[in-house]
Amino acid sequence: MIEVKHLTKRYGDKRAVNDISFKVEKGEILGFLGPNGAGKSTTMNMLTGYISSTSGQILINGVDILEDPKKAKSYIGYLPEIPPLYVDMTVDAYLGFMYDLKKCKLPRKAHLNDVCNLCRISDVRGRLIKNLSKGYRQRVGLAQALINNPPVLILDEPTVGLDPNQIIEIRTLIRKLGKRHTVILSSHILPEIQATCDKIIIINKGVIAADGTADEIAQNITNEHKMTLRIEGPTHTASDKKQIADAIRKVEGVKYVRADMEREKGIYDYDVETDGKTDVRRALNKLCADNGWNILMLQLSDLTLEDIFLRITMDEGILEMQDEEKNEKKGEAKKEKKPRPHIELNFDDSAPEASVSGTDDDSEEDTENGGEE
Amino acid sequence: MGAIYRREMGAFFTSGLAYVFLSVFYLLSGIFFCSGVVAVGTTNTANLFGSMFIIVLFLIPILTMRLLSEEKKNRTDQGLLTAPIGLWDIVLGKYFAALTLFIIAESIVFVYAVILGILGGSVVWSTLLGNYFAMLFLGAAFIAVGLFISSLTENQMTSAVVSMLALFVLYLMDNLAANTGNEFIIKIVMSLSFYTRYIEFTKGVFDLPSVLFFVSAAFIFNFLTVRVLDKKRWG
Repeated sequence: MIEVKHLTKRYGDKRAVNDISFKVEKGEILGFLGPNGAGKSTTMNMLTGYISSTSGQILINGVDILEDPKKAKSYIGYLPEIPPLYVDMTVDAYLGFMYDLKKCKLPRKAHLNDVCNLCRISDVRGRLIKNLSKGYRQRVGLAQALINNPPVLILDEPTVGLDPNQIIEIRTLIRKLGKRHTVILSSHILPEIQATCDKIIIINKGVIAADGTADEIAQNITNEHKMTLRIEGPTHTASDKKQIADAIRKVEGVKYVRADMEREKGIYDYDVETDGKTDVRRALNKLCADNGWNILMLQLSDLTLEDIFLRITMDEGILEMQDEEKNEKKGEAKKEKKPRPHIELNFDDSAPEASVSGTDDDSEEDTENGGEE
Repeated sequence: MGAIYRREMGAFFTSGLAYVFLSVFYLLSGIFFCSGVVAVGTTNTANLFGSMFIIVLFLIPILTMRLLSEEKKNRTDQGLLTAPIGLWDIVLGKYFAALTLFIIAESIVFVYAVILGILGGSVVWSTLLGNYFAMLFLGAAFIAVGLFISSLTENQMTSAVVSMLALFVLYLMDNLAANTGNEFIIKIVMSLSFYTRYIEFTKGVFDLPSVLFFVSAAFIFNFLTVRVLDKKRWG
C-alpha cells in the first residue's frame, strides 16, 4: 500500500530524514515513534506530498507522489500536527469545503453524517470551529482526513492535547479504522503506539533506529532479563557489597552483576542480568539463606518498550556500547576494578531515575508530559 | 478551484472584510463622484475613473492581504497542498474570489450612471463601459500582484503594506522615469506603465494591446504565485 525507498530530506547541511525505507501493507497500522524533532513530521509531510523529498521514492498504492501527485494524494487522508482548520467556518461548512476540495463522489449528506458520527462531532456541526475545544478541533481534523474514505490515513500525533478519555476514544477509533484503512500514525508517546499499532518504527535523528512489532523490537535490542535485589549482609559495611556481588556472580545463569547505591544504611542494591533462559530467583534465595543474608527486595525489570525507546533515543552509540560491553565481559572475571562501560551508566547521566526499575513508568510519564507542554 | 473560490467568497463575508472593502470603496468613489462629476455638472466620467486608480491602489491590498498569508500562518495550507488538486486551482480559486468582490465593488459606477440619468445628464454608455472594463483589467492585474505578495509572507499587515508600496511604485513609475530625462528609460517605463495605459482608457480609447498588457500582467503574477507555492515544497 505504501512503499518508501531510501527517503532523504536535507535542509541545507542538516539531514532531517536520512535514508528511510519501509513498507506498510493494506490494513496495517504503523506507528512512528520518536522524540520531538526526530523527523516524524518531516517524513509524514513528504508522504503526503506537502513537501518534496531530496532523494528517494514514495509510492502510495503504487503511484509515485512526485510523479502523479493528484492521484497519489487522492488516496491519502492526512491529519497534520496542527489540524488545517479554518476557524471562521462552522464544522459543517468546513467539512463541506473539504468534501468539495477532495472531489468526493460519495453521497454528500450521508457521507458527511457517517464521518461526523464516527468522530463524534455530530453535536457541534453547527458551531464555529474557533469556539471548539482542542479535543473537538482534533476530531474535526480527523473527520476531515476521513472524507472520501481514503485507503491510506496518515495521522501526525492524533492525540496531542486531548484529555485521557478522548485519547482512549481516538485510539479505539484508530484501531477501528485500521481494519478498513492503512494507517500511519506518529507519536512521541509510547503507550499510545503500543496500544494501537501492529508495527512500530522508532525513528531518531532522521534515521530508523528500530522497526518491527513491539515484541520483535524488544527481542532485537535485548534478550537479557534484569532484576534488582536488595540484600542485607552480615556486617552492614562495604565489604558485604563485594562479597555478595561475587557470590551472586557465581550463580548459574547470571550474566552480570553490579552493586548499586546504598539504599538503606549498610544495605546495597544489586542489579542482576541473566541470560534470559534460567530463572535464577530460587538459586539466589538459596544462596542468601545459606549465607545468612536477608533479601529485602526483589524486583524483576524486564526491558519494556519504554526502556528500549529510552535507550535508543538517549544513548547515541547504543550498538557500539553493547559490543564494547560484550568484549569487556570476556576479560572481566579477572579484572574487577576497571569501571565497566555499562549501558546503565548512560542512563544515570541522562535520566537518573530510569535505571531504577519500578520507577521507570513514572519517570517516563514525566518526560512525556514535559514534552507535551 | 470551485471549492476554494466558494470558501474564499464565504470568508470575505464572514470575516467582514468584504463589507469594509465595499463600504470604503463606495464611500471614496461616491465622494469623487459627487465632487468630480455631480458638483461640476458634467457627465464626463473620465475624471471619476482617473481618481479611482488611487482608490484601487489602496484598497486592493486589503482585499488580497490575507488570501495566502493567513493560510500559511494557520497552517491551513497543509490541507490545501495535500488535497488532490493542483497549485493553479488554489491560486486561481483565490484570485477569482478577490476579482469577483472587486467587480461587485466597481459595478457601483452603473448606479452612478443611473443617478446621472435621473439628474438629467446624458450618459455616454460606450465610454462608461470602456472605462468599466479598463478598471476591471487594472484590478485583475493588481489583484494578481497583491496575491503574489501575500504568498511571500505569513503576516497580513506586511502583505498589505508591501502590496500598497508595490502598487504605489507602479503608479509613480512614469513620474520617476520622466525625472531621469533618459529617452530610452522613459520609453520602456511608459510601455510598462499601468497608470498611463489606464488613463488612456478613461479617455475613451479602447486599446487592445493595453488589455493584453493587463491580462498578461495578471497571468505572470499568478504564475509567480504558483512558483512560490511550488518552491516552498522543494525548499
